[in-house]
Amino acid sequence: MHDTQHNPESKTPRMTEFEARGLHFAYEGVAALRGLSLTVREGERIALLGANGSGKSTLLRMMDGLLFANSGTLKFRGLELNEAALGDDKFALGFHRQVGMVFQNPDVQLFNPTVFDEVAFGPLQMGWSRDEVLERVHKALEWIGASHLKDRAPYRLSGGEKKRVALASVVVLEPDVLLLDEPTAALDPRSQSQVIELLGSWNDGRKTIITATHQLEVLGEICERAVVLEGGEVVADALPQEILNDTALLQRANLVHVHRHVHDGVPHRHSSPYLHHEHQ
Amino acid sequence: MSAHPVASTLRGFSQALARTLVSEDAAHSGGVLQGVDPRAKLVGMLALVVASALAHRVPTLIALLAVGVGLAVASRVNVWSLARRVWLVAFAFTFMIAAPAMFLTPGIALWQWGGVVMTANGVHTAVLLVLRVEAAVTLSTLLVLTTPWMWLLKALRTLGVPVEVIALLAMTHRYLVLLAETANQMFESRQSRVVGKLKGAEQRHMMINTGGVLLSKTMAMGDEVYMAMLARGFRGEVRLLTEFRMKTRDWVAVAALLAVAAGAVVAGR
Repeated sequence: MHDTQHNPESKTPRMTEFEARGLHFAYEGVAALRGLSLTVREGERIALLGANGSGKSTLLRMMDGLLFANSGTLKFRGLELNEAALGDDKFALGFHRQVGMVFQNPDVQLFNPTVFDEVAFGPLQMGWSRDEVLERVHKALEWIGASHLKDRAPYRLSGGEKKRVALASVVVLEPDVLLLDEPTAALDPRSQSQVIELLGSWNDGRKTIITATHQLEVLGEICERAVVLEGGEVVADALPQEILNDTALLQRANLVHVHRHVHDGVPHRHSSPYLHHEHQ
Repeated sequence: MSAHPVASTLRGFSQALARTLVSEDAAHSGGVLQGVDPRAKLVGMLALVVASALAHRVPTLIALLAVGVGLAVASRVNVWSLARRVWLVAFAFTFMIAAPAMFLTPGIALWQWGGVVMTANGVHTAVLLVLRVEAAVTLSTLLVLTTPWMWLLKALRTLGVPVEVIALLAMTHRYLVLLAETANQMFESRQSRVVGKLKGAEQRHMMINTGGVLLSKTMAMGDEVYMAMLARGFRGEVRLLTEFRMKTRDWVAVAALLAVAAGAVVAGR
């Protein structure tokens, strides 16, 4: 049975997608997660905030069944994600059909000779028919505005194009849950906007989107709930604006820094370029 | 400042490797080998490689090498590029191994300097080894260059190669590309931070350090590549939109390649 909760807006029960309890994970003795607990419900758009090394990427990889906890449990729709479960081909295929992940570095995700092959890779693994694969790939390429790039080698694309192709290569499977690791990192402002707009247009209200980021300026556009990680633990879980207003928390979690400078002869103290700043 | 010759060579090699492996330009250029069913081509070319390994006569190996060159021309593979990137590299590595045989193999003396004697038998052995490697590498390279990598993997799978090996090959392909790309970026980064001319020992030290870091970085990235493949449902089985179908032309091609290989085995004894 799935755990459910009432959504006050839709008045419909929302299924629990992920339930993490006391997750511990270490890379060769270096702890990445320290007893992390978190519940994610269907249709939620969540941002995982944290500085480098806070455990965001590790948590996403565990949610995608790519890493497994040293201790603690992580369940997807009531089923525990462990090596035994993901070692079963049938379960793994079904799971990866439902949960897609876009990696931080698109270069690791783009390994096919052409953009078309790249987007078709996932559907082909699912064993779908040729016609269905072709239809979905064309639809996905059209969605990201990259139909004209279909014969290009992915490694020859610009950073923004690579990111969009990486996104299309996952979204083509139409997963219920999308995990995004720093989707707008290292992109120019125009490419950032394009990626955010694509994500907004993809979500039909029932899709669950979990985005790991440390870019606070995009927070309002990508989530309705923000979870702050620090040292492999959840230190805050609230509405995005509440998190953004808590400067002390953001400074402690290394998400903003204070710097002072002078212009027009007036000393300024900035906590962050996108938060409030105050004159001293 | 001009780049160190080693760095420059490695950079050129990494760029060429990335271009060749990723773009698969030659695999889509519409030549003779490109038109052959990947399974037929795999069987035929592997037979020629085996024949090269078994040949013990210089004329036979030269003939096999000539077959390779002929196929390269007919398949629109740039022979000059093949010579620079394949033959020279294969020659350099093989010659290092074969050179001592010229002096250590007993036989009729061709040249003598003090106690060092180069023998006719030694030279013959070295030439055989170099030619064998050149022929085998040329034929293998042609197979890889004229076949899209995933097609080749599927052809291997249909011939009964285990899923684990296919997964390993798929990973290796992407790993090599990453290695080449990362190496290129690291060399550029290094070069941009070097002022003046480094001494030979400093250059070698820098190259060794760079190599170590490169290996660690690409291993970490290799793990990520594998995860990215798993994340999209990869389980080691190669699935393509293209269905392989053997036509008369493919049967003729495989028969011709097998006949040449058999002839080379007989003639090369």
